[in-house]
Amino acid sequence: MATTTTIVPSAGPVAGSRSFLSRLREGDEIARMITFLFAASVVLVTVLLVFELWQGSVLARHKFGFNFFHTSVWDPIFEQFGALPFIYGTLVTAAVALLIAVPLGIGAAIFLAELAPARVSDTLEFFIDLLAAVPSVIYGVLGVFIVVPLMRQYVQPALKHSLGFLPLFQGPAYGVGFLTAGIVLAIMVIPYIISVSREVLLSVPRDQREAALSLGATRWESTWKVVVPFARAGIFGSIFLALARALGETMAVTMVIGNTPTISASLLSPGYSIAAVIANEFTEATGELHTQSLIELGLVLFLLTFLLNGFARLLIVTTSRRGSGMGNV
Amino acid sequence: MSPRLRWRKFVSGFMLTMTGVCALVAVSVLFLILGYLAIHGGASVNWNFFTKLPVPVGETGGGMANAILGSAKMLLLATLFGVPIGFFGAIYLAEFSGSTTAFFVRYAADLLNGVPSIVIGIFAYGLVVHPFKQYSTLAGGFALGLMMIPITLRSTEEFLRGVPNPLREAAMALGASKWKTIATVIVPAAYRGILTAILLAFARVAGETAPLLFTALGNQFWSPGWTHPTASLPVMIYTYALAPYDDWHRQAWAAGLVLLVLILVINIVARAILSRGIAVPRS
Repeated sequence: MATTTTIVPSAGPVAGSRSFLSRLREGDEIARMITFLFAASVVLVTVLLVFELWQGSVLARHKFGFNFFHTSVWDPIFEQFGALPFIYGTLVTAAVALLIAVPLGIGAAIFLAELAPARVSDTLEFFIDLLAAVPSVIYGVLGVFIVVPLMRQYVQPALKHSLGFLPLFQGPAYGVGFLTAGIVLAIMVIPYIISVSREVLLSVPRDQREAALSLGATRWESTWKVVVPFARAGIFGSIFLALARALGETMAVTMVIGNTPTISASLLSPGYSIAAVIANEFTEATGELHTQSLIELGLVLFLLTFLLNGFARLLIVTTSRRGSGMGNV
Repeated sequence: MSPRLRWRKFVSGFMLTMTGVCALVAVSVLFLILGYLAIHGGASVNWNFFTKLPVPVGETGGGMANAILGSAKMLLLATLFGVPIGFFGAIYLAEFSGSTTAFFVRYAADLLNGVPSIVIGIFAYGLVVHPFKQYSTLAGGFALGLMMIPITLRSTEEFLRGVPNPLREAAMALGASKWKTIATVIVPAAYRGILTAILLAFARVAGETAPLLFTALGNQFWSPGWTHPTASLPVMIYTYALAPYDDWHRQAWAAGLVLLVLILVINIVARAILSRGIAVPRS
């Protein structure tokens, strides 16, 4: 707190330098202290969270060390825990999700920011915001009952038929698996990419577009070669934000990934993810080491999302500063 | 028109159409979700759903009254825990704090906001469940409340900062003390935004499942008091959707529909309060 001294000589009638006692009488100091306690508790809770993840996984960290990340035996009975299949599954599903979501999301954001009239754009943005509010368990239900059967009956056989020579699309069509989880994740993160990218594109100064158009660029050329590069950092920010969400997403992935710890080149194969294994095994963990290994997975997830979120925020702030700094929007 | 120009115009038209298609696809997902839930769940949402307990496997019928009550209790706890911290913390940030403290608080809030919900579950487990050796409504409410803090805090702060400075100066010039200025001028001026922020935070955690899996656990029966495992709507949807019984699937759809409609309505109301300004009488 800033005011720790109890006696401040009152330096005259200026409001800012009233004595501590007079401010105390008026309730200002009390209000300040009370609100400070609430604000400080946010920091406290966060520190506690990090501390607990660190402390809660101490046994597992010491026992397995770096092996935790590159061995793939996950055996609660013999207390051998290697997290590679889960890390693999998390990364693969997130990669598939981004591969689908990035072009779609950025395309939609370009339409909303550059083409659509303001009223259309605002209405669509309203729907996109609602879409972002749909809870993940609902996506999971739709995934289980709609996407999985579709994948099993139509999409996966078709992929095997046409692209089956690639190792990516081999093996039986279960319906569940990396590809399905990636698709459901893509649907979930598209709203985030659209919202943030649209904001960033809207903050690009108008004269950038006008300059391009006046030099004879077509509408698309001005958008793709001038506006989008101008907003590049912010768009990357939106992608990192989406990636962080995709990595940490639990319910929808758990419901459609198949929950089998495999490392397979085939996207059709069932897999497992970090969040999914925590969700499935945490309450039934058999020994201390099992619980601790799961908490260590939580720690890994926390660190990954922490880094990505920080990086994303940095990029988005940089772009919007750059946009507003150049004026006349 | 030269062929080159014609080609460029064609590319321009084509790509811009494609962006429109992208937007259409993205938005249509919302209506697909609503449509599927309405078709599959609509028929099963009836009076029993809201008033009856779940029935044992094999029997048809029953409802999710215990899950609805469980969710309501945990959301109440979450609001009582998360909103005051977010709200008063935001007042400190916007009105009192120096820049160093504010930086740490904001940083912590942003960090907390980005933590995957399953990790919040682990944290609440370690802090509330493990010491008492008991899954409980309390633990679930705590986990959800944690998630409400950063959302309430950051948006409330933003709306408080949006209050024009002349308002503050006018109040102080009339001799009001700082806290009186905050309580009678600044907060009332920003109340619409603050209310929106709280509603959005509420809607966000109302559908959270992962933090409840190992805090509230689940329950097929009523959960008396606050210290027993309790059912909740999201967890019930999860378990019922993955169970191998058709009747449970039907119930999962119904619960999904109820939950989604609740969340969307709160979202729409919150946005309406903020943008068009429903006339809420001020004292």
